[in-house]
Amino acid sequence: MTLDASSLKVVQAGGNRLRRTDRSKGASVALHATLIVASIIAVFPVFWVFVTSLKPDARAVEPTPKLFNESSLDNYTRVLSGEKGDFLAWFGNSVVIALMTTVIGVFISATAGYAASRFRFPGKRGLMMSFLLVQMFPFAVLIVPLYNILIALGLNGTSFGLVLVYCTTAVPFCTYMLKGYFDTVPSDIDEAGRVDGLSPFGVFWRLIMPLAKPGLAVTSFYAFLTAWGEVAFASAFLSAADESKTLAVGLQVFVQQNRTEWGHLAAASILVAIPAIVVFYLVQRFLVQGLASGAVKG
Amino acid sequence: MRRFLDRYWYAYAMVLPVVVVIAVLVLYPLAQGVFFTFTNINEGNIANPILDRPATYDVVGFKNYLNVLSGGESYGAFWSTLVRTLIWTFSCVFLHYTVGLGLALLLNRQVRGRALYRVLLILPWAVPAFISAFAWKYMFNAQYGIINQLLRSVGLPDPVWLGQSDWALVSVIIVNVWLGVPFMMVALLGGLQSIPGDLYEAAEMDGATPWQRFRHVTLPGLRSVSSTVVLLGIIWTFNMFPVIYLIAGPNPNARILVTYAFERFFSGASRDYAIASTYGVLILSVLLVFAAIYRRALRKQGEVW
Repeated sequence: MTLDASSLKVVQAGGNRLRRTDRSKGASVALHATLIVASIIAVFPVFWVFVTSLKPDARAVEPTPKLFNESSLDNYTRVLSGEKGDFLAWFGNSVVIALMTTVIGVFISATAGYAASRFRFPGKRGLMMSFLLVQMFPFAVLIVPLYNILIALGLNGTSFGLVLVYCTTAVPFCTYMLKGYFDTVPSDIDEAGRVDGLSPFGVFWRLIMPLAKPGLAVTSFYAFLTAWGEVAFASAFLSAADESKTLAVGLQVFVQQNRTEWGHLAAASILVAIPAIVVFYLVQRFLVQGLASGAVKG
Repeated sequence: MRRFLDRYWYAYAMVLPVVVVIAVLVLYPLAQGVFFTFTNINEGNIANPILDRPATYDVVGFKNYLNVLSGGESYGAFWSTLVRTLIWTFSCVFLHYTVGLGLALLLNRQVRGRALYRVLLILPWAVPAFISAFAWKYMFNAQYGIINQLLRSVGLPDPVWLGQSDWALVSVIIVNVWLGVPFMMVALLGGLQSIPGDLYEAAEMDGATPWQRFRHVTLPGLRSVSSTVVLLGIIWTFNMFPVIYLIAGPNPNARILVTYAFERFFSGASRDYAIASTYGVLILSVLLVFAAIYRRALRKQGEVW
């Protein structure tokens, strides 16, 4: 039995190796060339903003651009010192709002996704269909009714109100993804947990959640980005005071007021992009696996 | 009733938070939005709780729909905007899918440095959309933008990308493809990895050419991922507002239904909530019709979704 299994493995590995050497030198070069070109296209805009962020405003628009031209970190120090608006306060607001959205959104999506994956209950189909429907309505148009509701709930102008609004954008997709992911976790595990005396919630919280890390990573990434980069709701719902803005809103104002200060804009953009890229880097190894199982079964 | 609750209470308890949030913050506003389409509500006559002013708008019946559907220029030229929206949606999703699939196929091979390529290729997804919009707008600048400088240096014509021509639409499509490929690539890469390797070996054994293997093993194996991501892609692209709005602004050459709704909503002397909502309902209807057709087509192929 063991012999069989191991010999099978050898055959498989051999097959793989065969395929690899199978590829001619030319094909290898073409493969790498394609990937390198694609990577350059993917990275270049961000790289170019970074290069620009080091230049003084006057050097950011010039007839023949150079990589470095009187480059320094001046733009960064000016942006961070609050010369161009209360950047650090915006940053703090954005972090709080994005993290709250991630935690609340992913948690309620996980419970709903788990229920939809494991239990049959009347209304389940309707629920899943309504998630799809929610994606279809242009959210921008909901701003007035939403504004009224937030006032009615007393949440107008608060970050928590904004977090709830972001949850509505993030939750349908996250629930779909997590349902698909939970479907791939064998339900024997649930049964074993139940036999050992755990409640349905205990099974969910102690057994399934830790197993669903890739799925949770993807949905967290999605929820975080939803909140981190959003402009329209944030500008409509947060109070106009400078210190309560999020980065996205603050930067919009910055753009409108300082159209020519490309260098400063670029520096601020890079500072905004960094946290998103850090979150991305933390979850990226789960991304393929998590997204795939969600989309396959979703 | 008791038995019903006994059986399902934990399921309902677990979906309750989502249902409450969706109902309060989506379905109720949606209903109110639909109601707005039958009124002449705007900035001037809406109830304002802060100024303590009561609502004074009137119900006008189907007037908004008639105005919009007649396709007049002052109501956003609905039909030509719809055509542009369809061009935008299908060219974006087509390119997302084909480029994403191509890159996923390459990354699914044994390539040296695969992890690095993957990180670099997913990067556009991680950058907030308004930052990417800013980056591209800077690069598209007709005079100083790096793109035109490159084009000039190799002797190609340098169009005014974001001017009053169809180049504006081309530009925003380029940006949106750049933004959307990573999602497709990652989803399809996961789909490729879930196709069992022995299927390929069996096909190879039977003497299938690489193209036949792709056609008869890869594509069927990807069908369920594809049907989900293509549907989501179409819905998202149809309603993709930030990219166009932040890059092209209110340029009528790059106008799609959503951006026009938003323009109506946010700009102009009197913010016309009624017309904006009418556009919202029409967008929803188009997408619903599309989803129904899509679903029927899938069902014909024996796919349950």
